[in-house]
Amino acid sequence: MSKLIFEKRSLNQGDHLPAPEKGFDASKFFPASARRKSGTHLPESAELDVVRHFTRLSQQNFCVDTNFYPLGSCTMKYNPKVNDQITSWPFYGRIHPYQAESQVQGMLQIIRELESQLGEILGMDAFSLQPAAGAHGEFAGLLMVSAYHKANGQKRTQVLVPDSAHGTNPASAALCGYEVVTVKTDAKGRVDIDDLKAKVGPLTACFMLTNPSTLGIFETNIQQVTQIVHAAGGQVYYDGANMNALLGIARPGDMGFDVVHVNLHKTFAVPHGAGGPGSGPVGVKKHLEKFLPYPRLKEVSGGELAWDYDRPDSIGRLRSFYGNAGAFLRSYCYIKALGAQGLKEVSVNAVLNANYLKARLAKHYDLPHDEHCMHEFVCSAKRQKAKGGVRALDIGKRLLDHGLHAPTVYFPMIVEEAMMIEPTETESKEVLDKFADVMIGIAHEAETNPQVVLDAPTKTPIKRIDEVLAARKPNLRWTPAAGSAPKLADANLTTSNTCCA
Amino acid sequence: MQYVANTEADKLEMLRTIGVKSFEDLLSGIPSGLRVAPSGLKLPAGMSEMELLGDLKKRGQRNQHADRNACFLGAGVYDHYIPAIVGHLATRGEFITAYTPYQGEASQGTLQAIYEYQTMICLLTGMDVSNASMYDGATSVAEAVLLALRGSDRKKVVLSELLHPETIQTVRTYLTDIPCEIVLAPHQGGKTGLDSLKKLTDSSTACVVYQNPNFLGYVEDTADLSAVASAAGALVIACVNPLSLSILASPGETGADVAVGDGQPLGNPPAFGGPHFGFFAVKEAHMRKLPGRISGMTQDKEGKRAFVLTLQAREQHIRREKATSNICTNHMLCALKGLIFLATLGPNGFKRMGELNVQQSHKAFDKLTKLPGVKPLSGAAFFNEFTLTIDKDPKALAKAFEAERLIGPLHLGRFRKDWQNAHLIAVTEQRTDEEIDRLADAIRKA
Repeated sequence: MSKLIFEKRSLNQGDHLPAPEKGFDASKFFPASARRKSGTHLPESAELDVVRHFTRLSQQNFCVDTNFYPLGSCTMKYNPKVNDQITSWPFYGRIHPYQAESQVQGMLQIIRELESQLGEILGMDAFSLQPAAGAHGEFAGLLMVSAYHKANGQKRTQVLVPDSAHGTNPASAALCGYEVVTVKTDAKGRVDIDDLKAKVGPLTACFMLTNPSTLGIFETNIQQVTQIVHAAGGQVYYDGANMNALLGIARPGDMGFDVVHVNLHKTFAVPHGAGGPGSGPVGVKKHLEKFLPYPRLKEVSGGELAWDYDRPDSIGRLRSFYGNAGAFLRSYCYIKALGAQGLKEVSVNAVLNANYLKARLAKHYDLPHDEHCMHEFVCSAKRQKAKGGVRALDIGKRLLDHGLHAPTVYFPMIVEEAMMIEPTETESKEVLDKFADVMIGIAHEAETNPQVVLDAPTKTPIKRIDEVLAARKPNLRWTPAAGSAPKLADANLTTSNTCCA
Repeated sequence: MQYVANTEADKLEMLRTIGVKSFEDLLSGIPSGLRVAPSGLKLPAGMSEMELLGDLKKRGQRNQHADRNACFLGAGVYDHYIPAIVGHLATRGEFITAYTPYQGEASQGTLQAIYEYQTMICLLTGMDVSNASMYDGATSVAEAVLLALRGSDRKKVVLSELLHPETIQTVRTYLTDIPCEIVLAPHQGGKTGLDSLKKLTDSSTACVVYQNPNFLGYVEDTADLSAVASAAGALVIACVNPLSLSILASPGETGADVAVGDGQPLGNPPAFGGPHFGFFAVKEAHMRKLPGRISGMTQDKEGKRAFVLTLQAREQHIRREKATSNICTNHMLCALKGLIFLATLGPNGFKRMGELNVQQSHKAFDKLTKLPGVKPLSGAAFFNEFTLTIDKDPKALAKAFEAERLIGPLHLGRFRKDWQNAHLIAVTEQRTDEEIDRLADAIRKA
């Protein structure tokens, strides 16, 4: 492992900027009570040492650029470099959100066009790009649902979510003060219609659903589902996490969804950035449009665009300024480069790749729902656990030894020892075959030599991590008073990048 | 331009392995009435990479930007210098195309960077624990208010009215369906009024939130504001400009319980307002109420130092509707830029940047306040931003700025009726004496 940047020391001149003028004393401008007394204790390293430090840290990561990364529901596709390049240009990077609209028409036009492109792709009437992430979009969507019911003089207190839902769905519902009611999944991996009918009613504000479901299965009865909820006076929310399956194939708006969010950092190729930033635009049907977050873009004289803050029914502002413009640009470029046909090819190849991997693994792992999947599928390590005590977690770790990232494990929660695999459209058959071969090899190891799987990973910079210790004795920062971080056993300071091979 | 990777021959072989005749068979679960018409989506055809670059260049040229114009706009987003290595390192594919570090063994780089970032935020703010970043400063304030309300019988939220107006708006949105009362503490002489704050803060107050420097650029009496809140048993939430902490007292030194803010000044370009990052740090007592991800140091099974996401029992993927927040995706890459920025400048370079902001902003202040019809809104201390009232038509001023190739300052009339003549002027280390002269000329000519 690398030393902490705080544990290194070399000469940092602090001369990236010119020195203040001779005799300048900043402290004289502030009363003593307003001035900083303690040192900042920032690390001191020469520039080369900073470069080496962060380059080495980067080499300890798996990433799409170096490894197959089949995390289910995360859509780890290739992120085109040209989009990063465009975003870094000064006429996109060095523009200020409060510049007069006349000075930023290029950017405003892109926002307007992306709104309407997303509307066409998802079949919705209007979009706001303001939400910073998927969960933020859910929050916006539910606030609009609340505003809609309030405007109709109704008090509805419950949000329904399937038992296979992403954790953000119930968390967002709770943030809006709703009680969360869980709807069961039927034996075929779809919404249990009878259970839905039993739970929907006059208290139902909204049913939040992703389609395809987190099991990777299309909700064949989706029109019936949306009709049932609408008949009870509820709204239907589309969690767009799995939209990569449906580009140019089917549209949530046509299925009866009232409000949607889509993750630009999944379907529309914004890089995940080791955890963010993303962007979670929220789209609505006409009856919800007036509730969208403000400001909205409007056309003024001569086809120019301007921000409209006069939106009396709006749910309000969700964050500062207008959203993550850097993400808008990347997705705009992506949609523009692909066009209608290219977008459809995305989903065609995503679905083909997932079904191919599923077919190759079918004999070796349990498949809880053995029918054609969409862009991802779930398999189970139930068999491996029963025979040699090898769990989904262990299989994930063993994959790391082969330079392959683990699938999403233990989600959805309704499948025992779940492994959720989403290969994405940008992977070739050659890569999928390598992954399948390794997975089959691990299934074999689990029977013949389970210990090798249980001991994995062995080729990563560190071995299995003690998570219990981390939670029991939280060490969440380096402290200057102690001089260094608490001493654990000697860190191996040689850097390994085997994991990124 | 497409990024798919299967050849036609591959596709046929894959369909054979799957055991279907055509791709369409895989979509049999989708009712035919729901399929997009064969004519496809109503979007233009795709284009090559070369055409894309040309198109985006043409569109970009319709934007006036700070490479060509001197930017005096601030109000939460600043045109600061970013050392070359920040962009170089933070855009490495190994950072930018990695996912959230749930698989610790394959993500030590990100996890260690988060741990170092958390440390950096704690060092700057004087807090004990930081999370791994939020969306921005405004949502960080909103989540801090939620932290204060959660599990408390106190339902009053007191906000300084000199928080950024968009922060106040964001807090209002976040609290839409939460039972509580929001009260604004009025300003006095460019700062949050201490007497009125005392009157508003009582045993029903969950938290008091102030911003330093405040929206008008002035330095608040932070220790006094904190003391009023603490005396009433309310949580003190300080929203601070992280660059100002090179010179100004930290929230920890002045009695705050929670320190939040927008990290944009640390190595992130203005980028039309996002993405930037929010930071969120607390005193230890509130550690388990933090929203979002946290990286902790631990060891691997051989005793080697290792890092892992920890205290996850607070988070949505474990706790679902009982989580401390619904946040999942955060702004890690922007936070990483902040970390590399601070590591590159080091303590001396960081202090120097702060000093240069004070130097150039005070030069501009002295120059501009000598102009006829120009007055400071307050005599209070300021860091790199201040508010002037200018007795001239705001539209004429805007024209004059543009003629001198200047971006900004910000006319505050849009925020409050009594600020019709007020202009907020940010002067960073990048603004030269010559540019300040041009700003003075523009005001004179308007």
